[in-house]
Amino acid sequence: MILEPRTNTPLWMTISAPVLAVVVVLILSGGLIAWAGAPLLESYVALVKGAFGSRFAISETLVRATPLILTGLAAAVAFRAKLWNIGGEGQLYMGALAATYFGTGLVSLPMPLMIPFLFLVGAIAGGVLLLVPALLKTRLKVDEVVTTLLLNFIILLLANYLLFGPWKDPMSMGWPQGAPIIDEGVLPNLVAKTRLHGGLIFSLIAAVCVFILMTKTRWGLEIRAVGHNVDAARFAGIPINKTVIRTALISGGLAACAGVTEVAGTKGYLTLDISPGFGYTGIAVAMLAGLNPLGVIVAALFIAGIYNGADSMSRTMDVSNYIADVITAASLLMVMLAVMLTRMRIRWR
Amino acid sequence: MSQSEIVLRVEGVTKRFGTLTANSSISFSLEKGKVLSLLGENGAGKTTLMNIIFGHYTADEGHVEVFGKRLEAGNPAEAIALGVGMVHQHFTLADNLTVLDNVILGTESLWRVRQARAAARQKLQSLSQEFGLEVNPDALVSALTVGEKQRVEILKALYRGARVLILDEPTAVLTPQETDQLFATLKDMIARGLSVIFISHKLGEVMQIADRIAVLRHGQLVAEFPVAEASREIIAEKMVGETIPQPKRTEMEPGEPVLQIAEASARDEQGQAVLKKVSLTLRSKQIIGMAGVSGNGQKALSDLISGLLPPTEGQVAVKGEAVRVFDPRSMVAKGVGRVPEDRHLQGVVGDFTVSENLILEDYTNPRFSRRGWMRAGEIAAHARKMIKAFDIRGGGPETIVRGLSGGNMQKVILARVLENNPDIILANQPTRGLDVGAATFVHEQLFKAKERGAGVLLISEDLEELLAVSDQVVVMYHGQVSAPMPVEDVTLQQLGLLMSGETFTAAGTEM
Repeated sequence: MILEPRTNTPLWMTISAPVLAVVVVLILSGGLIAWAGAPLLESYVALVKGAFGSRFAISETLVRATPLILTGLAAAVAFRAKLWNIGGEGQLYMGALAATYFGTGLVSLPMPLMIPFLFLVGAIAGGVLLLVPALLKTRLKVDEVVTTLLLNFIILLLANYLLFGPWKDPMSMGWPQGAPIIDEGVLPNLVAKTRLHGGLIFSLIAAVCVFILMTKTRWGLEIRAVGHNVDAARFAGIPINKTVIRTALISGGLAACAGVTEVAGTKGYLTLDISPGFGYTGIAVAMLAGLNPLGVIVAALFIAGIYNGADSMSRTMDVSNYIADVITAASLLMVMLAVMLTRMRIRWR
Repeated sequence: MSQSEIVLRVEGVTKRFGTLTANSSISFSLEKGKVLSLLGENGAGKTTLMNIIFGHYTADEGHVEVFGKRLEAGNPAEAIALGVGMVHQHFTLADNLTVLDNVILGTESLWRVRQARAAARQKLQSLSQEFGLEVNPDALVSALTVGEKQRVEILKALYRGARVLILDEPTAVLTPQETDQLFATLKDMIARGLSVIFISHKLGEVMQIADRIAVLRHGQLVAEFPVAEASREIIAEKMVGETIPQPKRTEMEPGEPVLQIAEASARDEQGQAVLKKVSLTLRSKQIIGMAGVSGNGQKALSDLISGLLPPTEGQVAVKGEAVRVFDPRSMVAKGVGRVPEDRHLQGVVGDFTVSENLILEDYTNPRFSRRGWMRAGEIAAHARKMIKAFDIRGGGPETIVRGLSGGNMQKVILARVLENNPDIILANQPTRGLDVGAATFVHEQLFKAKERGAGVLLISEDLEELLAVSDQVVVMYHGQVSAPMPVEDVTLQQLGLLMSGETFTAAGTEM
């Protein structure tokens, strides 16, 4: 078996490859569902219904996609510059901590100012958090995979300390949760009787802004050049370190905004379970999207739908909801394989 | 042909990569104890053909026979077992192992290495005596010279029982003296019944060593004849297909100094001294050619002038003004145009479009971006203009550069470098891997720049190129640079002795 590069890729192939990959995944995962003893077709119907089958299901999928779009964008921007930011989870909590610190009474502004202010302080906090590994990388060549990953645990433990200690809301009857965000800072509800909040609008705008940043601006050119070929970029006179630092600030800021949408939107206050790994799942979102900022929206909706659908499938069909993790992971592998096959052809010998 | 034994026969071999036909129904045969030279331009299909013979690639059509046995396609192990040995253009040795271990690696089973090593040492020593390939079996490969590394590669092939030796551009990395030594060894081996396929694009060498010559062009075997019946002119014409008029160097009175380097020293990232008190003066309307075996500090000097490597001591002055800040952007701003050694690594961003690569050094110019916004229209218009001016073929402004041929990729770099009319041009191996047509284009551009008033520093491993293009020649050896010599007074032989360090002395300051 030999792989040979294709000279050109037809458009139909580029479009159909990810779709086919997902179909293959659903067939493969079908084996697991059947093994768990549930009727296959009904299970998948339950999954799709749970993801997109009703007004409520759609709103819940959108609520879940909101932070995933932001952490997905954070990974997409950083990975484009080959800055391996695995610390989205820590940056998310950093944003949540900043929003809690400033948003629970310390600062009080009218709503049109208060909400942007919370996103701003959150983004700064997340950006500064990623600045540390970025500086260690540019100054001392410390591997950022290790530093960003380990910072996740440090920030999570910091949040633990604060919520069990000084920041614990006295009205929470002993639960480790922060005081509620003041009314002016709460993201407005978009559709009555759902949890859908303004964070979705914010994340969609963010995706468009990142797309424009990457394709139309000088910074975007620099980020892409550094990521594609750092030697050629250096030779051409592109400031490498400045670009890496700038990328870190943008990426950390985006991931932190996901923390703000959860504290000021979905929950209303900080808890230790605001994120079921949104920071890590953002990496999968970005990879599925091929690091394309607009593709991140689609990928985030897909993964959010799979998780919500699998939750509801597990309730109605008595199948473990870990199937969602299997489907997500398998989709990632299959889509990457499919993308590779659009660039290479296999010859059998 | 019936009286002598055919050791290797290639029958109608065709190989396609996508739409490109790299080899088109090629047939030839090699007799015992003979040297067949495979000549051709870069990209003519020589390396592809050799990889098919050795079993790295599988042919789409046709087959290869060794000693009358048909080779199974795509199986290097079988080719080795039948006695085919290959010495690649780029060595395949492990630097951190000894010569002996490199020979054992992949040959002997790693079961009971100690005993295998003792037996291997004896076999290796008898081989190196028999063929006059002196090399210390316990030396670390990293400590060997290029010539010695090549000897190890040949020994490795012999150790595995090679009776047909394929040498892919073996002289590309050698000094003229090392080349002579290699040829003596080869003649020895032929006398002992080995057969050799010698791949090259250097005519002179081929005339020296080959019995028969096979010429490849655009994947086709266009001629095959005994070397006795060949003349340089005929072979050259067969290789290129048509005669391309070579641009002639024009004698010009050099002007003011544009680049002065005075006793500059530098260290690489590992702290090794890579430049040792280098002095060099480049004047306007002058091309200085720099010869030297690769790895003698050319990269460091090129990095110094490119603004990538600041000197630890000494001075660099551009147009009479001392350089204080060493970074690429300010060097470009001072009027230094740089053609890097490695196109793919430093020259272009392969995944970027032609238009993006064309502005890579100049993207902050208000022509191409304002207040942080790229001006797509201007950038595309600029690309169209450059594509026309430099005859860049194979795509438009939005074509991804990775897909261009080497020559066209180099044209993108030349367009980027030359369109700002730099006063100093650093051209590091600008024609490496290019066919004659593209190389001629590069030379024309350098001559044009010189006539316009620029000073050119041409670093090249191709000595014939250096002697044809340069006004003055310097040699780099162990991080030092010799005094410049007028090109008329230099012979290949002299250059070879300087490059090997025999007669080398570094230049003093002249600032």
